[in-house]
Amino acid sequence: MDILYRIFLDPFVQMGTAPDLFVQTLWEGMVGGVLYALIALGFVLIFKASGVFNFAQGIMVVFAALTLVGLYNAGMPAFLALGLTIAVMFALAFAVERIVLRPLINQPGIILFMATFGLTYFLIGFGEFVFGGDPKVMITEQLYLPKGTVTYKALGGIISLQKLDIAAAIIASIMVAGLAVFFSKTRIGRALRAVADSHEAALSVGISLEQIWVIVWFAAGLVALVTGIMWGARSDVSFALDVIALKALPVLILGGLTSIPGAIVGGLIIGVGEKLWEFYWGPLVGGGTDAWFAFVIALVFLLFRPQGLFGERIIERV
Amino acid sequence: MRATGGPAVAVGDVLLSVENVSLSFGGVKAVSDVSFDIRKGEIRAIIGPNGAGKTSMLNIINGFYHPQKGRIIFKGETRARMRPHDAAYGGIARTFQNVALFRGMTALDNIMAGRTLKMHSNFFWQLLRYGPAMREEVDHRHRVEEIIDFLKIQEIRRVQVGRLPYGLQKRVELGRALAMEPELLLLDEPMAGMNLEEKEDMSRFVLDVNDYYGTTIALIEHDMGVVMDLSDRVVVLDHGIKIADGTPDEVKQSEAVVDAYLGVAH
Amino acid sequence: MLYREAGQFKTSYATDHAVFPILQDRIGLLIILVIAFVGIPLVGNDFLINAVMTPFLIFSLAAIGLNLLTGYTGLLSLGTGAFMGVGAYACYKLTTIFPNVNIIIWVLASGFFSAAVGAVFGLPSLRIKGFYLAIATLAAQFFLEWCFIRIPWLYNYNVSAAIEVPQRELFGIIVTGPRASAETRYLIVLTIVVMMTWMASNIVHGRIGRMWMAVRDMDIAAELMGIRLLPTKLLAFAVSSFYCGVAGALLVFLWYGGAESTVFSINESFTVLFMIIIGGLGSLLGSFLGAALIYILPIILRFVPPELGLSLHAATVEHLTFMITGALIVFFLIAEPAGLARLWQIGKQKLRVWPFPY
Repeated sequence: MDILYRIFLDPFVQMGTAPDLFVQTLWEGMVGGVLYALIALGFVLIFKASGVFNFAQGIMVVFAALTLVGLYNAGMPAFLALGLTIAVMFALAFAVERIVLRPLINQPGIILFMATFGLTYFLIGFGEFVFGGDPKVMITEQLYLPKGTVTYKALGGIISLQKLDIAAAIIASIMVAGLAVFFSKTRIGRALRAVADSHEAALSVGISLEQIWVIVWFAAGLVALVTGIMWGARSDVSFALDVIALKALPVLILGGLTSIPGAIVGGLIIGVGEKLWEFYWGPLVGGGTDAWFAFVIALVFLLFRPQGLFGERIIERV
Repeated sequence: MRATGGPAVAVGDVLLSVENVSLSFGGVKAVSDVSFDIRKGEIRAIIGPNGAGKTSMLNIINGFYHPQKGRIIFKGETRARMRPHDAAYGGIARTFQNVALFRGMTALDNIMAGRTLKMHSNFFWQLLRYGPAMREEVDHRHRVEEIIDFLKIQEIRRVQVGRLPYGLQKRVELGRALAMEPELLLLDEPMAGMNLEEKEDMSRFVLDVNDYYGTTIALIEHDMGVVMDLSDRVVVLDHGIKIADGTPDEVKQSEAVVDAYLGVAH
Repeated sequence: MLYREAGQFKTSYATDHAVFPILQDRIGLLIILVIAFVGIPLVGNDFLINAVMTPFLIFSLAAIGLNLLTGYTGLLSLGTGAFMGVGAYACYKLTTIFPNVNIIIWVLASGFFSAAVGAVFGLPSLRIKGFYLAIATLAAQFFLEWCFIRIPWLYNYNVSAAIEVPQRELFGIIVTGPRASAETRYLIVLTIVVMMTWMASNIVHGRIGRMWMAVRDMDIAAELMGIRLLPTKLLAFAVSSFYCGVAGALLVFLWYGGAESTVFSINESFTVLFMIIIGGLGSLLGSFLGAALIYILPIILRFVPPELGLSLHAATVEHLTFMITGALIVFFLIAEPAGLARLWQIGKQKLRVWPFPY
């Protein structure tokens, strides 16, 4: 009886009696969710345009952040470093497409997937080799990102929001909105959607696949950079970020591999869900549940709705 | 009527009966209210223009698709929702339009795989590869070798099927289906992509399977010459509806069929 | 022309079905076994045995386990580390609860626990495939890893959350714990690995192996042969996890001497996966070759450059290992997806006609 009370009633009681804490946790979850969503966004972009699931997107985020900090620490002014990092990400994307993806074009998807594992490992080693393995501090001030907290007295208690988190949410929203508009309104965006549907059809109407891929990888690189900056600003820049990137996979399952709004919704659900779960139910089992919560949710989705909330249904024909 | 010689197989009772079967995918009606039967020991052809629903029909008989309406009666038993492995155990085997061989395995292993449902030695003996497990391997190898002799594919036993030319792949696939010792063999365009010589070989094999093993055969085929020569009876589908059913001569003369094919008939 | 089948006729199907039909192969295998059982303990020093051979064998066993699941049945799994952990912790609990039972029995029994857990996490394979199944196995990996930390009963409420291997004996010889000799531990691991490899070979050459490969290559056609997909896939998960569980128990009990939960992390899963990709998916020999390459690589990087006059920082060795491993994966997937095992076969092919070019 006591157990049932503790699982099914008590957490909600807690939420109700300390609503400020609840909102605080909710907010933290949303911020985490936004960042997951940004990583997932990079995956979706590339998958949508080329059908390749680039597991290495996570490490790209880390790489972008490291390059930025590394260049700054080497003496470059912040915004020049930013520009140069964008160029580096672009070159990296280009190299990956040429060296890893192109030779594997006709192989089954699972082979490509495994190849991106190898790529990830390579970039981890390479990044640590070039930049050193110790954690670094993101150059938030130099990029004019806000510091400090905003405190509200509300709901009987105090709610404090980091200004940086607010900035992250705003920047992410702008980026997503921008991408959504780009895809639906511009000519290139339409071409991208055509390529995602069918390579052959797109070729037959004169769309250059290579050009499209370059644009997409560039966009993914930009997204990776913004994500890297935001993540790095909240916690130091190190290769542990890559473990976080694994969490983007459940986000993709939830949202659907081909959907941009899906990545956002999925990210928010996972982010909020795992924070709330850990805060209110975690103590019952010793804590640390955020290590697996996202994956178990993904598992449930895989069993009952593998295409996610917004993805396309997969039909198998004989 | 078959044009070739050889002992005629007695056309017996109904083996499989399709009754008022309808199947649709979303809004697309693949098969609408189709009924026909297949008698034991005969060679039944299912023909029709592209998109007529022929492969869907085979898939239904097989248990891959489940019709929204109608039923299948096989060996006297009505099957509501049948799974493919139930069909296999019931004695239905099949080849596919695009060869569905196990590419990572040799021709021999592919055909041995067809014997799976007859192999029962348990896990423990499999671990040791001794005793019952080994005896079973050898016994079934004998049967598989009979099939290999029958189809004249001795030289390519140990070749990985992915490397074989198309015609030989089709033969191995036939061998794999035969290994199941089926009562009803479904062939989906067995002659597709073959030249005249290969077609003659394959026709000979189909006839021999029917003669020698007594297997009932249902085949989808586009080549009218093959259909007329090989089959005992023909059913014609067009846009998912049955438009003719009878002997090859009857069907050839049916106006509906000629219209459907618009003069393509042989 | 040392190596050819000419003149070796098989007069019955039984002999044709032998796993090593060619005489030269059998002789080669015998030589390897003699070297392994007799040569190495006699000649090798402690370092070779303890830091190279024993872990190589253990990882080969784990690689065989994963290969059965991913290489033969086509089910990509990222949960190998966790399944190894289940075996290790199961063995620990069993031997601390029943200390008088032979430790080898507990090592092998712990495989069954892994097998059960593996089968449970394999249930989703009924409905999902490929890349999606891999993500489901990630759920297994992270959840089980969490269990290893948060269920104190597993490590006997030890304050440091680590397990330490108690001393155990076999026929009076100390086999586990700090006082067990490197040779003893090596020989036990070798025996177990050889036996289990033999059994794996039997399975994959028979009916079950064909069923697994059929499911991998075209599961729709496999169903049509009367192969029931779920039991076949679950069997693959169970057997694979059994092998990984035993490997995990061997890892802790006969090599490390202790463990904490970080030993069985996602990195372990990736390492074993890389071993079978490089070694060859769907090849038992490949599991050994891949394990050798991946495991020996950092050792070579650590010890060879100093001999050549280059000294490398320890951290650099680690970075280089990552880089070379990653590059090798990409290279093999592009150039030779069937891995080192295929290269080996090509080599044997050349041997058949040597000294002629073809």
